[in-house]
Amino acid sequence: MPAPLLQLTGIVKEFPGVRALDGVDLVVRAGEVHCLLGQNGAGKSTLIKVLAGAYQPDEGEIVMDGEHAHFADPQAALAAGIATIYQELDLVDGLSVADNIFLGHERSRFGFSRVSDSNRAARELLVSLGHPEIRPSRETGSLSAAGKQIVSMARALSRQAQVIVMDEPSAVLDPDEVGGLFRVIEDLRASGKAIVYISHRLEEIRRIGDRLTVLKDGRTVAADLPARETPTSELIALMTGREVSAEYPRRTTPLPDAEPLLVVDGLGRTDEFEDVSFSVRPGEIVGLAGLVGAGRSEIVETVYGARRADRGTVTVDGRTLRRGSVDAAVAAGLGLCPEERKSQGLVLDEAVYRNISLASLPRFSRFGATRDSAERSAAHEASRTVDVRPDDPDRVVRTLSGGNQQKVVLARWLLRSCRVLLLDEPTRGVDVGARSEIYTLIRTLADEGLAVVVVSSDIDEVLGLSDRVLVVADGRVVHSGPSAEIDAHNVLDRILASNESSHESEGDAA
Amino acid sequence: MTGDTQTTEAAPAKRAGSMGVARNLGLVVALVILCGVGLITAGDRFASTNNIITVLSLASAIGVVAIGMTFVITGGGIDLSVGAIVALASVWASTTGTQAMAESVGWIVIVTTAIGVGIACGVINGLLIAYGKIVPFIATLAMLASARGLAEIIADRKTQIIRDQGFRDALGARPFGVPVIVYIFAIVVIVGWFLLNRTTFGRRTFAVGGNPEAARLAGIKVQRHTVYLYALLGATCGLAAVMLMSRTQTGSSTHGLMWELDAIAAVVIGGTLLSGGRGTVIGTLLGVLIFTTLTNVFTLNNLSTSVQAVAKGVIIVVAVLLQQRLANRSST
Repeated sequence: MPAPLLQLTGIVKEFPGVRALDGVDLVVRAGEVHCLLGQNGAGKSTLIKVLAGAYQPDEGEIVMDGEHAHFADPQAALAAGIATIYQELDLVDGLSVADNIFLGHERSRFGFSRVSDSNRAARELLVSLGHPEIRPSRETGSLSAAGKQIVSMARALSRQAQVIVMDEPSAVLDPDEVGGLFRVIEDLRASGKAIVYISHRLEEIRRIGDRLTVLKDGRTVAADLPARETPTSELIALMTGREVSAEYPRRTTPLPDAEPLLVVDGLGRTDEFEDVSFSVRPGEIVGLAGLVGAGRSEIVETVYGARRADRGTVTVDGRTLRRGSVDAAVAAGLGLCPEERKSQGLVLDEAVYRNISLASLPRFSRFGATRDSAERSAAHEASRTVDVRPDDPDRVVRTLSGGNQQKVVLARWLLRSCRVLLLDEPTRGVDVGARSEIYTLIRTLADEGLAVVVVSSDIDEVLGLSDRVLVVADGRVVHSGPSAEIDAHNVLDRILASNESSHESEGDAA
Repeated sequence: MTGDTQTTEAAPAKRAGSMGVARNLGLVVALVILCGVGLITAGDRFASTNNIITVLSLASAIGVVAIGMTFVITGGGIDLSVGAIVALASVWASTTGTQAMAESVGWIVIVTTAIGVGIACGVINGLLIAYGKIVPFIATLAMLASARGLAEIIADRKTQIIRDQGFRDALGARPFGVPVIVYIFAIVVIVGWFLLNRTTFGRRTFAVGGNPEAARLAGIKVQRHTVYLYALLGATCGLAAVMLMSRTQTGSSTHGLMWELDAIAAVVIGGTLLSGGRGTVIGTLLGVLIFTTLTNVFTLNNLSTSVQAVAKGVIIVVAVLLQQRLANRSST
């Protein structure tokens, strides 16, 4: 085995009241993809910032290339050869690709930028990453998330980085793009770079990782495990400190034979989706499966009125909702946990209880004046029902982990006594351990009589969670039936089959 | 799991609302220092009851506008047209026509006209911003130009004297030796504080400013609320015009010049977040008092308005820096 390129020993980082890192060891070798696993709050983000030089550790040592290193600021870390690609890519949208790549070390002479020179250098880097189609002069904001990632990587390479840290790079990509990302990572590995890869998705770690290190509560609990061979149950056990069954909470009681609560009939939006019909009974969970871009989120948001339907109706308990009115939907008992929790779901700098009561304010007011204590205690109760941790209604939502933030959004609709719950990617950014808690919670809510619609790009999740599944491809429902009668392979087959047929028909039309 | 301590960098505050005291503390310290300077340099002339009342009446009209501005900024907006609206409202409410009507019906006509004009301008601002999707900066910039222009047209660039005795008596009264407009200011502060902190309207304002998309998806009528916010600010501008007319006995298209900057500065040094989602009425009150006291101290010391302007700029920077320090300390 080659000598370690980067070695961290006993790293400790304290914040007021929190020991975020409490003895982290990490050994990264050249030419490997080293995966970092851990739940939210395990210290991954802090560790990344220590590596990037954004935080200085309180204790412990960093050895880079056999020498002790101290990164006073991000520039120092870059100079030492560690480049970090953050989850929220730190690119300037208005600048060209080449400008972004050389941001901070612009190619200039006497203060004048050498455009053609930097464009040429940028092109070389992009070609070496296997993406010659990205023009260096292109405006970065016009690139897809995947394209931006490539630009970030080119930036890292332009700094002669030996270690490239990637924080959940696949979170913003669809499956095709993930494939492309992995090819780039493999090339980088082959050229002797070390990649530190952080992801929630175990299957990715299996595909791309060489070795892995598991963090829990700010400590390294396992290092140097083989990424492909280590059993999932062992990894989950290491991360959570307990055995978690990968089982989804199946229906335990028979579905009551009730009239459908939510009926969607012939719903359509031009250029997004067509002729979507389904119904959900109280107690039932209906899943929408499909790839990113198939129109799943659009469908759910249109049902909710956040997008205005061009055709079709949404009926709740026999009453047809006004098109394009979130208001009418909420009044009729719908609740949405949106896909982008932080930007669409939460007021991040507000307290937990205020986020929970947001949809129920009139209930806690008399002549417009809020009854703060009543509001607070009711919201607190709702947060306890879904088990938001820590149990502190005054805490600012921003400081909660992803799973607990999701629970806050769920609690909002529980407090509102909503009857139809629409969940868009309920476990995105939620760590493995907390996921099963969310699954159990969803099933419990359904058992209590809610009609639930779940959307997820994780097909296993949709199938595992729902009683009935709709497969969506290209804006159309291509299959619908009990989820017990179909497996992930079948779902993918149907999606692929529909893609082919739609391409054929396009060909006919042309 | 114990995944509760997701350590986002330098989390501004673990608990919501715990920094209010510290923020205001900085402002109180600044105000106390200013008063100290006033005492040392101007002595009894500064500390006299008369002078204190002068400071308070000077603060009143702009203060009322700043309270309205606190709502708009907390709700994620900005309004550059407040000074122009004050001018237009004062001119409209003091035309010979309005005054003639006031003579037959009562002085309240002048007050309702001013407030009505203010609300109308605010509603136009709000509609353009919420439904016309024009950014607040531009929409209210347009209002700034046209409202003051309209004021000039109506008044023909002349100063209109207020002759209505009823109006002069009612708003010029001094119960317990304090002018009515100071009472109005006090009432606006109390009502504003209650509205922002203790009502559904206030809660929605925070949500709309903090994350409009989340507010919308939680079923809050964000567009309508935005119109309300600008209308509210328009109303405070109309009220400020009334107060200004009572103090100066005139309506003029030059009233309220640069008030937009004074009001925004007072709101921001008060601790309201310019990007929305966080706001404080008490901070704004302190901000207004700091600026007015500063002007007073400088005037008592015969310093020119240019020196005052420089000092104002410095105060804004120092106050904001001080607040950030204190806010950081309180959160750690």
